[in-house]
Amino acid sequence: MQPKPLICFPLATSRVHEACGANAFKFAAISGAQNHTRVLWVRQAWQSDILHPIGLLPYYDPSKTLLAQVKNQVEGLTVMEEALRDGSVSLVIIELDQPINLTVGRRLQLAAKTGKTTGLCIIPEGMGSNAAETRWQCDPMFDPERADSTLMCWRLIKNKSGTLCDWYVRWDATKSNPADRIVVVSPPGE
Amino acid sequence: MPANPKADQGFLLALRRWATRYCPWVGLEGADGLTLDITGSAHLFGDETAMLADMHHRLKRAGIAVRIGLGISRGSAWALAHYGTTSAPNDMQTALAALPVAALRIERKTDVALQRLGLRTIGDLTATERAPLARRFGPELLLRLDQATGVQSEDINPLKAPPHYAVRMSFPEPIGLCADVMAGVERLLVKLCEQLALDGVGARTLLLSLRRVDRDTQEVELRLARALHDAHRILPLFQRGIDTVDAGFGIDQLRLMAIQVEKQPVQQINHVSSGSKDQFDDLLTRLGARIGLENIQRFLPADSHIPERSFIRAPAAFSSPNDAWTHAQPRPIRLFPPEPITGDGSQPPPRFRWRRMTLTTGRATGPERIAPEWWMADENWRSGLRDYWRVETQQGRRLWLFYTPQNPGWFVHGEFA
Repeated sequence: MQPKPLICFPLATSRVHEACGANAFKFAAISGAQNHTRVLWVRQAWQSDILHPIGLLPYYDPSKTLLAQVKNQVEGLTVMEEALRDGSVSLVIIELDQPINLTVGRRLQLAAKTGKTTGLCIIPEGMGSNAAETRWQCDPMFDPERADSTLMCWRLIKNKSGTLCDWYVRWDATKSNPADRIVVVSPPGE
Repeated sequence: MPANPKADQGFLLALRRWATRYCPWVGLEGADGLTLDITGSAHLFGDETAMLADMHHRLKRAGIAVRIGLGISRGSAWALAHYGTTSAPNDMQTALAALPVAALRIERKTDVALQRLGLRTIGDLTATERAPLARRFGPELLLRLDQATGVQSEDINPLKAPPHYAVRMSFPEPIGLCADVMAGVERLLVKLCEQLALDGVGARTLLLSLRRVDRDTQEVELRLARALHDAHRILPLFQRGIDTVDAGFGIDQLRLMAIQVEKQPVQQINHVSSGSKDQFDDLLTRLGARIGLENIQRFLPADSHIPERSFIRAPAAFSSPNDAWTHAQPRPIRLFPPEPITGDGSQPPPRFRWRRMTLTTGRATGPERIAPEWWMADENWRSGLRDYWRVETQQGRRLWLFYTPQNPGWFVHGEFA
């Protein structure tokens, strides 16, 4: 049986989306690979883990990433709103550690609408905001067939303009067209 | 205290600026002196003696010990400053004649040779035949002698005053509305930017001082992501700073100064991308005003096998992108500070606990050996060599583990996700 085609991805522009789960970073990197000229990644400066640009290399050119180091989440959200509204950075990614309320979520949506840009919040599990356009739960999967696999499971767990669905996805960096690089596969073991 | 030639030079330049109160022609003399051409300005202080006294007095009050020589030429002034008395001599020729030959700014070798000939003072030298001296020591010695006695003239090269980019505007009535202040700033900016554009420079840091009627001064600093001299682009960037100003009873003077300027050569504009690039630079400036321009960074490749050092983060406003990324082996997206796990032997453990999760190794690829860089002392690499393994767990997580053979232990260093 052919797997269902992916909906809601690439992420809709002029909207803010959310991703959670162990593979949220990879989801963000794959989002960055979708025809974005510049990506702004907002992180809090105290975080001990570092974003490794060579890890981003299979997905997109890390030199188009800008990193904004902020003091706290409020400052990060201000930076994100300003960048979304401006429109010269087409994708803004933020790592959140606390839930945001509806007002903040709406503000981000309005900013993205004004700037015709896309926002993506990487959130801890279960801390989503109601204002988000879509929410994705991304988990890595063990692939018994292929070594060095990038198999993962994307669950669309919130969708304001459609139905929810699950996909098993693999990233194929060898393809030249960014749209072809996401390969939807059948669930493993079937 | 170690010598700091750069700071000394800076101090000398400051002193040079101060010395222009005596005459407009002030030049640097070597690394530790100033030359002033006071022709025509001595009468402003009475006479030469009064001027010297004034200099001594002011410098002494500032705690600076100086030696000042006043001469008929640059050479004689140098000689008197280095070897003579500090007060102004009555008879220049006799004062000069009594000085040693070293006062002529000659080489050490020539000085020693003259001493051996018994020519110890400048007076001895002037009394000697010139032709044999020229034959023996070359024209240099006689040139120096003539410069000291004033026969040969010598110029002083005054330094050019550094350009100063500041404009100001006073109002007949105090203003207080944001729109009024912005209108004032616009006028100042247009004038300042004309000046900047004329010199081919762009402002990097601007300071706007707003003087209030109660003599209090408010300041707005603007740091730009790129050197600019376009008034219409700088003006909107001031908006946020001006909104925070407390106008009190009103503002009666605006002063705009470009504190830091950079060369901004004229560039060919590109019809495709220059608009979005300008917009992006303005965004950087606005974000920089919020979180600091240094905190917006870009990744640049660096030549190292150590994962943490294979890239550098440079402030985006002060660097240009470089996409010469090379990678032989895949690297994780996230790197953690190494987190120890239990495991023994040089093969990855089949089961391990990490972050309260029990994980089973499904497939392990490796090892990739990375040796520490011995030329860099790095605390984290004290444990020696590392054998890196890419471990795919049955639970799905793909981790980057390493084993330290010289100091057995297993650590998780990153995650491929």
